[in-house]
Amino acid sequence: MFPFSFEWIWDAGHLVFHGGLWYALTVLGLGMTYCIIKAVLDAGKGKGDHHH
Amino acid sequence: MDTALIPKGVKRCPIWQFALWISANGAVLAWGVFAMLLVYIKGLNQTNMNNAYGFALWIWADLAVIALGGGAFFTGFLRYLVGKEELKYIINYAVLIGFICYSSALMILGFDIGQPLRGWFIFWHANVHSMLTEVAFCLTCYFGVLTIEYIPMVLENRKLDKVPFFHNLGHNMHEIMAVFAATGAFLSFFHQGSLGGVPGVMFGRPFGFREGVLIWPWTFFLFTWSAAAFGPCFTIFITKITETLTRKKLVKDNVIDLLAKISGWMIFFYIIAKIIDTIYWATVTAPSKGFTFLEFYTNNPGSAYGLWILIAEIGVCGVLPALILITPKLRRIQGFLWLAVFLGVIGVCLNRWVMVLQVLAVPVLTFEDWFTYLPSWQEVATTLLPVAYGVIMISVSYRYLPIFPQERELNPIDEPAAAAREVIPEPSAAGPEPELSPAES
Repeated sequence: MFPFSFEWIWDAGHLVFHGGLWYALTVLGLGMTYCIIKAVLDAGKGKGDHHH
Repeated sequence: MDTALIPKGVKRCPIWQFALWISANGAVLAWGVFAMLLVYIKGLNQTNMNNAYGFALWIWADLAVIALGGGAFFTGFLRYLVGKEELKYIINYAVLIGFICYSSALMILGFDIGQPLRGWFIFWHANVHSMLTEVAFCLTCYFGVLTIEYIPMVLENRKLDKVPFFHNLGHNMHEIMAVFAATGAFLSFFHQGSLGGVPGVMFGRPFGFREGVLIWPWTFFLFTWSAAAFGPCFTIFITKITETLTRKKLVKDNVIDLLAKISGWMIFFYIIAKIIDTIYWATVTAPSKGFTFLEFYTNNPGSAYGLWILIAEIGVCGVLPALILITPKLRRIQGFLWLAVFLGVIGVCLNRWVMVLQVLAVPVLTFEDWFTYLPSWQEVATTLLPVAYGVIMISVSYRYLPIFPQERELNPIDEPAAAAREVIPEPSAAGPEPELSPAES
């Protein structure tokens, strides 16, 4: 649920529950995005080729 | 046939033996899938749940595997945040076990919600006053964390590791694993706790109800604590079973000893807290709700719930494993270590049974009798399904992935023979293996 959903209420319950959910999803999403982009760049630079 | 996929420097059983093992477990899996389809197609009338037992075998299994999978978050916490370096030799297996436990938990919840197509409602139309909403949030996110922790292991497969992108991805994920592990520990603390909070806040059921601090009943903290304490017991237990089945030493004794010691002290302090909680509940909380302690354990014909279950949970499966594991001489004797981790696993499963099913068995109104419940075969089959799935996942992962970093050192094989086996593929009627390039073949 997002703040623009009709069910949303600006109270502590919604902020704590959904804040926690978004925090966790953001950490996981940003972490994986960083790993994937860096892996693409590293592969482009030829890192890891010695494993061939 | 699959030699090219097997990690370098380790020995695995012949493919026919492996296929036979997987087929045997696959039969149990197929039985579970058949029962699962019955539940999905025909509905929850395939179960023996009723108005008294809205929670039943599935929810017990759910809570049990989540507690047992707690070894993943706690070992990750110790390894990445506390800095216990020795545990890097068992963290892979702890993560794999956790991944299996949490995917099983989500699968079981998928059966239990009755309307799986509406599973997403809990995220979108969330009831923010429900501990189970928080459980659903954290459980799903933590499964994401475990998947992220498991992916680098898959990418370390011999063939996948040769692809530069996969090699770099696995390396990068390892580098920031502490961030994922910290998120996992945060999520685990809350969902393990909230699972305990559910019986703890039910003031209409004095058997489970507990007082606490602010909105959290004591069961919230006891559940998190017990998962962190007993989860590593399950990791050690499965490691020992794997070592027995493979007839190999896979993890050095000092690693097991460290994890067993930490688990032992965690159980020791947990069980003290649990005893204090039980005494307070028996002498203050339950009487304040109109019940005497013995009413929960006596005068229940047709029910197996007696005082024995409390003694088994706290004494035999709590105090005893704690004493064994905190005593260096005892935990270093293999027989005692086996006994302690086995009792620990039984203990936490018993605790979840008591807090899920015994709570519902106890009558709360004067004109009610004890409620009895026997699961249907469909419930049993779908509960065994994750066990078969787990065995298959472990078998496949053990065969093709470097799960145990110390395996090569502990089980050296004849290197020239191993090198020759890598070069000369096994003869096959189908000709060269399709996944190999012509040069490799």
